[in-house]
Amino acid sequence: MVIKDQEAAELLEQDLESVSGVELHEGDALPESLWRVRWRLGWAALKKNWKLFAENKIGLIGLFLILFFALMALAFPVFRAVGPWQDDAVYDPIIGYDAVVQELEVVATEADVVDPATQIDAVNAQLWCFGALPGDTCEIPRAPAPPNNDHWLGTDPLGRDVASQLTYSTRAAFFLGAVAAIVTVVVATTVGSMAAFYGGWLDNFLMRLADLVLLMPLIPILIVVSGMFTVTMPLLGVMIGILSGFGGTAIVLKSQALSVKVKPFIDAARVSGGSNMHLIFKHVIPNVLPLSFLYMMFTVTEAVSLEATLSFFGLIEAPMTWGIMLSTAQTQGYLRSGLEFWWLLIPAGLAVSLLAAGFFFAGRAMDEVINPRLRAQ
Amino acid sequence: MLRFIAKRLVQMAFLFFLFLSLVFFLLQAQPGDISSQFINPTIPAEVQQQILARLGLDGSIWSQWWNYITNFFTGNLGVSFSQFPEPVIDVIGERIPRTLFLFTFATLLSYIMGFTLGKRVAWKRGGFSEYTVTIGGVLLYTVFYPWFGILMILLFASTLGWFPISGFLTPEFWRNAPYTGNEVFGQMLLSLTIAGIVVVAGLILARRAEERSTARIIRRGGYALSVLFLAGFWLLRPDMRPYATDIIHHTILPVVTLALVAFAGTMLLTRSSMLETLKEDYILTARAKGVPESDIRDHHAARNALLPVVTSFILGLAFIIGGGVVTETIFSWPGMGSLLLTATVIEDVPLATGALGFIGILALLAHLLVDILYNVLDPRVRVQGGR
Repeated sequence: MVIKDQEAAELLEQDLESVSGVELHEGDALPESLWRVRWRLGWAALKKNWKLFAENKIGLIGLFLILFFALMALAFPVFRAVGPWQDDAVYDPIIGYDAVVQELEVVATEADVVDPATQIDAVNAQLWCFGALPGDTCEIPRAPAPPNNDHWLGTDPLGRDVASQLTYSTRAAFFLGAVAAIVTVVVATTVGSMAAFYGGWLDNFLMRLADLVLLMPLIPILIVVSGMFTVTMPLLGVMIGILSGFGGTAIVLKSQALSVKVKPFIDAARVSGGSNMHLIFKHVIPNVLPLSFLYMMFTVTEAVSLEATLSFFGLIEAPMTWGIMLSTAQTQGYLRSGLEFWWLLIPAGLAVSLLAAGFFFAGRAMDEVINPRLRAQ
Repeated sequence: MLRFIAKRLVQMAFLFFLFLSLVFFLLQAQPGDISSQFINPTIPAEVQQQILARLGLDGSIWSQWWNYITNFFTGNLGVSFSQFPEPVIDVIGERIPRTLFLFTFATLLSYIMGFTLGKRVAWKRGGFSEYTVTIGGVLLYTVFYPWFGILMILLFASTLGWFPISGFLTPEFWRNAPYTGNEVFGQMLLSLTIAGIVVVAGLILARRAEERSTARIIRRGGYALSVLFLAGFWLLRPDMRPYATDIIHHTILPVVTLALVAFAGTMLLTRSSMLETLKEDYILTARAKGVPESDIRDHHAARNALLPVVTSFILGLAFIIGGGVVTETIFSWPGMGSLLLTATVIEDVPLATGALGFIGILALLAHLLVDILYNVLDPRVRVQGGR
């Protein structure tokens, strides 16, 4: 342990000089403990990269969108625990029900109805208020109800609060994105590094497999798979992660790993007796990781829209997601009736689009940090 | 070139074989058993056994697998459960031309849009227009696609009434039609294919021409000839024309919607590719020579920036096929995608897996086409021994 730290200290000396500007002599004790140095180096790199990232307005927009949705995901548990949604029966996103009661004035015939929002003809009124006569008022429960003080975004066709569904689903979307992203990074870095490091038949086999995965359109495959199996959110995340990790991402990471593989420090490590596994996991993968984080962002984008699409078609087993919100509105026939029921159409669709866009924007800005050739002169 | 194509074909056949095996094992892995689902458990055991043998379900998993593969390659995909006596291959055969039509036009449109916009955006680096186009493009790229389709229908079909809301044709209009929808559609495809071949032939001949001016004449001649052919073809079929117009009227909105979603990928890639190309020395040389700016952009920079864009076509292809499934469903366009989805939802397993297999074939063939195109475009990767 001690020896390892000494080695690391020697290696770090050079970096330290460049950061602190103080020339170090052999035999000098390090002015600070090692972890502080590491931390400071990391911090300096982070600051530099952040400056590059922040130069790009598009990246900032993406970050803002992601933060906005993160707050939204937090809003649900907070509002349920201490906020305005403490009433379980009404604000539960899945089994809650609230019929917003609307008072309508009963008029004689259909021809007398001037404003359908406040008046109803006597014949139709019998459905809710039996025996109602013209001139009476009739209370009619409405679902979907338009936005009001109790329900900021109205209620859905089953009388559930749209705002609570929206915030509840945000958490699911983040969870799915995280699962897919982590699986992608693990699969893609392992496959890419293995293929680059060993070469030969393994490389050939893995890359042909990647070709196959890359060629195959995800949506049809996932549709058929979710028709055959019960696909839950974690399973979907893992499937998207594997498919996108094995495809394009593995190919890109392999070429990156190839360029790492020929660096002198790999030879140095091999000469000092590092095993293949040690070389791959300690030297190749850490150098490929930044690039794989980039692809992680794009995987999140993909996962969010894929999940929404599949659950829009009713193929995912989940209590509530943005796609299911739209699916409910669609199957009940409210989606295609124009903007009259906008609170069923706009919030969920916009949420999917904006969260996906947020990760994509952030990913593109990261791309410019990692790949200097894309930067503005 | 032929050897290259043959080699790719063999590779593709192998890939397809892998894909099909994957589909088969997915089928096997699904919980439950097809036989237990469709064989009446109250009938005698021997009869059950007979039915299993007739369906080929009595052998080992490997013999079943081999049967499945050979059956697929001989065009025997079984019988659809939902449209009972009809074989799957017939159902798919009816749907495939429509899907091809949708994909081809959406792809062409999205590539033309993406490439033109991308090179312009890269040329004018920074500034308001770059931000708007990039942000707009990404928003379209990441938009929740079924939702976007519905919004397009709401805007252009329900509100403005420019296009029909959904479907492939207007049933009332076709009630007394002397043709079926597929006959008219077949004629449309035929004429468009011939016109396309004429254009491509013109482009290939133009490449062989020595002089730049001759090449231009040949190219434009090809375009003119194909337009003339199309005009003549449809002038000779006056009673079919209104029906063809009806189909086209139904096509425009789905094609435009799919292209709008797909173009941003091409645009963003063209932009980055152009930015890299613009740093090359030959651009500086061209500037120093005093070549007009638009010439540098279109002939020096964009022509070289095209290569990675064509490669990315493969990625775009999967995107467009996936988008096609959604488009067809949202627009009730009776193609492969909506077939796949409905078959899955109603658990018509033979139809769903058959459709998936054919979508795989489509993807592979399109991939082959891109490979050939890439070969033609970039002399550096052109295989030795032929143009």
